[in-house]
Amino acid sequence: MHNLFIGELADRLAKRQISSVELTQHFLGRIERLNPALNAMITLTAKQALADAAAADARLSAGERGPLLGIPLIHKDIFCTDGVRTSCGSRMLDNFVAPYDATVVARLKAAGTVMLGKSNMDEFAMGSSNETSYYGPVKNPWDTAKVPGGSSGGSAAATAARLTPFATGTDTGGSIRQPAALTGVTGLKPTYGRVSRYGMIAFASSLDQAGVFARSAGDAAAVLQVMAGFDPRDSTSVDVPVPDYSKALGQPLKGMKIGLLREFFEGLEPRNAALLEDALNIYTGLGAETLQVSLPHLPLSVPTYYVVAPAECSSNLSRFDGVRYGYRCENPKDLMDLYKRSRGEGFGAEVKRRIMTGTYVLSAGYFDAYYLKAQKARRLITDDFRAAFDKVDLVIGPTTPTPAFDIGAKMDDPVLMYLNDIYTIGANLAGLPGVSVPCGFVEGLPMGLQLIGPHFAEAKLLNAAHQYQQATDWHTHAPRGYT
Amino acid sequence: MSDWEVVIGLEIHAQLATQSKIFSGSPTAYGAPPNTQADLVDLAYPGVLPVLNARAVQMAVKFGLAVDATVARRSVFARKNYFYPDLPKGYQISQYELPVVARGSLNIMLDDGAVKTVGITRAHLEEDAGKSLHEGLANASGIDLNRAGTPLLEIVSEPDMRSAKEAVAYMKKIHTLVRYLEICDGNMQEGSFRCDANVSVRPRGQEKFGTRAEIKNLNSFRFVEKAIQYEVARQVELIESGGKVVQETRLYDSDKDETRSMRSKEEANDYRYFPDPDLLPVEIDEPFIESVRATLPELPDQKAARFARDFGLSAYDAGVLSASRELGAYFEAVVAGLSGAHAKLAANWVMGELSGALNRDSVDLEHSRVNPQQLTGLLKRIADETISGKIAKEVFEAMWSEGKSADDIIEAKGLRQITDVGAIESVIDAIIAANPKQLADYRSGKDKLFGFFVGQVQKATGGKANPAQLNELLKAKLGGGGNA
Repeated sequence: MHNLFIGELADRLAKRQISSVELTQHFLGRIERLNPALNAMITLTAKQALADAAAADARLSAGERGPLLGIPLIHKDIFCTDGVRTSCGSRMLDNFVAPYDATVVARLKAAGTVMLGKSNMDEFAMGSSNETSYYGPVKNPWDTAKVPGGSSGGSAAATAARLTPFATGTDTGGSIRQPAALTGVTGLKPTYGRVSRYGMIAFASSLDQAGVFARSAGDAAAVLQVMAGFDPRDSTSVDVPVPDYSKALGQPLKGMKIGLLREFFEGLEPRNAALLEDALNIYTGLGAETLQVSLPHLPLSVPTYYVVAPAECSSNLSRFDGVRYGYRCENPKDLMDLYKRSRGEGFGAEVKRRIMTGTYVLSAGYFDAYYLKAQKARRLITDDFRAAFDKVDLVIGPTTPTPAFDIGAKMDDPVLMYLNDIYTIGANLAGLPGVSVPCGFVEGLPMGLQLIGPHFAEAKLLNAAHQYQQATDWHTHAPRGYT
Repeated sequence: MSDWEVVIGLEIHAQLATQSKIFSGSPTAYGAPPNTQADLVDLAYPGVLPVLNARAVQMAVKFGLAVDATVARRSVFARKNYFYPDLPKGYQISQYELPVVARGSLNIMLDDGAVKTVGITRAHLEEDAGKSLHEGLANASGIDLNRAGTPLLEIVSEPDMRSAKEAVAYMKKIHTLVRYLEICDGNMQEGSFRCDANVSVRPRGQEKFGTRAEIKNLNSFRFVEKAIQYEVARQVELIESGGKVVQETRLYDSDKDETRSMRSKEEANDYRYFPDPDLLPVEIDEPFIESVRATLPELPDQKAARFARDFGLSAYDAGVLSASRELGAYFEAVVAGLSGAHAKLAANWVMGELSGALNRDSVDLEHSRVNPQQLTGLLKRIADETISGKIAKEVFEAMWSEGKSADDIIEAKGLRQITDVGAIESVIDAIIAANPKQLADYRSGKDKLFGFFVGQVQKATGGKANPAQLNELLKAKLGGGGNA
């Protein structure tokens, strides 16, 4: 049952061959049995899940139908969930029970999904390996000595291990696409503004975007359908019509122009390059045309990102001050002591590093040299993409430079860690949609193929990913022990 | 002192009269129990986002148009970062490099009647912080976030004022203006209208500004005047005794009438302003500006000019009567019932007796015990000489305390002026007969005694004798030295 795609599950629910309660019990059982080795979850909501599943069954029995009605899911613990702890992977919010639902949560709830629990993540989404979580690292189901990627490592691992049909995630610099690649699942980061950020705990507001982990592009399309749309509570969400993503999946690729990003292919590790070569052959076989494109400023994306994101985070995380909610130090002797110790004890090392970096780049005397310059670089990168999309429909490249690495391998070297996101950050800086789909294995570990499209081209992007998945079976592989 | 020139610029914070907060749906009403008007956005819960209140933008644009400023087609909200318990997000959303309003100006009238133009550098939108409460809590401070997120328009002047009096005149003018525009209730006790004053001194003739001190949070016109006076004296004394003014923030203590250092420039926060990524730039187009312009009322200066022109009032009187929309409306309602020739009379009464009674009893014009129609009724009786101006004051007091019409009071108290020549003459005759000595003295040249006779006649008539007639008749009867 756990290997079925969402459409198949919905079909069986619709035919009342299975009930949502049975489905929910099945996945809760898998979580109970398999999660201890993975540490993909922070909070389980089994009791509520069964109640919600029973409610979904009642709706189904009453004749109601919906693509996600009665389907279980896991939310990344960055989304506020009414009455349920929302920790953001941090000691700071270990005791924080959100008093409201994020828009993403509310929309999925209204569609009849059943939340199994909240997934582990890098603290405040800052990390590329899920090792900065207060709740400990998440293990990669393909090899538990390896990281699952981050920051949405829990959602990725849980989806790969078939602990859930799908999971939500957020992507600020690659936090959906990179872990999707490293765990062999499909990860979609929509256009900035496509999905509401309301109720999603902010890391870097101008880059954060909610998205989905699923086992196919088709499943991702069904989930995006529910998540996407304008939200008056998020001023940066965009009021453009939401197309029918599932309907768009049948488009042939004949005549589609796919751009090969020169900057992505230069110096690519040979086995990674070989997988991409195979993927390109598939696409040409499907009738697509491939041509070289260049984004000359793309090499600036990592340094640009590590100015913009910390700058915004240093301000976004100021609200965690021990005054109104969250962690408060014991016996503060005065206000300054309350601030210093609550934040000093509540935040982990990587979060502090980024707050300090961000505070520095915004400081008087450094603002122009760092923050303003980064904004300029960001504009150049965006312009590069725009120019590329004048020539091609989509661009293609690897999602990550390497497969999953060992837990602990990069924790002492932040710069090495940051370079993991070298291929994913550009899409965030330009606000573009991107998808990572499994495209093979290196040393038994999954690798991802990344497609990036113009703003609001999710339908085209998902269709291209779907066509690839129709022609290949990489996305159907399950890690040993989780089949 | 005269060797020194004072330079003052004001930053006025006007709380905008919106129903809800600038970035959340919470109400802005004053005086609710602590934290009952703060929602998740005001409390800065994780995940919440600000949404701009369009009414606040409209009000800012209205102000910009009223001071003949440039309304920015594109303005940007920025975050001003600092930690304080009454600032829940750890940053204040304000505008920094691109404010919504820039480069305006305002005319103020000085004591000598001269008009001075004060430049308005900019006006920007921002949110207010909450309040820390220190009373009644042992070893703790309370936080009330009802005010957090209340929209403010910060109006920054050029350093154009040259005395405390000018600063007060400017602040009063802005106060008048925002109330005219109905964008701020102007209530200074509740903190809806307050200012920071930047004060420096320089040797007269020197072009370069002296080092300034900023006096924070002045919430009355009197405090502005006194704080600036104190600060100017302090700076002059400091420099003259060989010291140097340091750039710092100071607080005015109204109990001790002095300013005290709060923090120096070195201790000042680095606010790390940057554009707020949660809010889009505010784009304002011409149709929007025109739609706001269409809502502009007659402005104070326009009204004053009209009063001066149409009613022949002095610039001073016209200025006083247009200082608030309500007072102007009251005056116009009074004038409406009189002939144009009596506009000056109406002006004198509105500014004199009426304002005096309102002040004395601390009553708003809105709750005046004498309405415009009643006052018109009284002034008509002066105009038609039924009563004298002096008696009218007595009638006004009775109207104020009894709420009756002027005619009722004149009838009931028998205050109708005596204009019958025979009646006045008979009283004069009696008085002259009763005071032979004074009559002799007067006729021998003691002109001042004329007043004695006037007084005696008015005493006998209860002040009702028509003053002009009395003068004339008395002069004739007394004869002789009647040069008075």
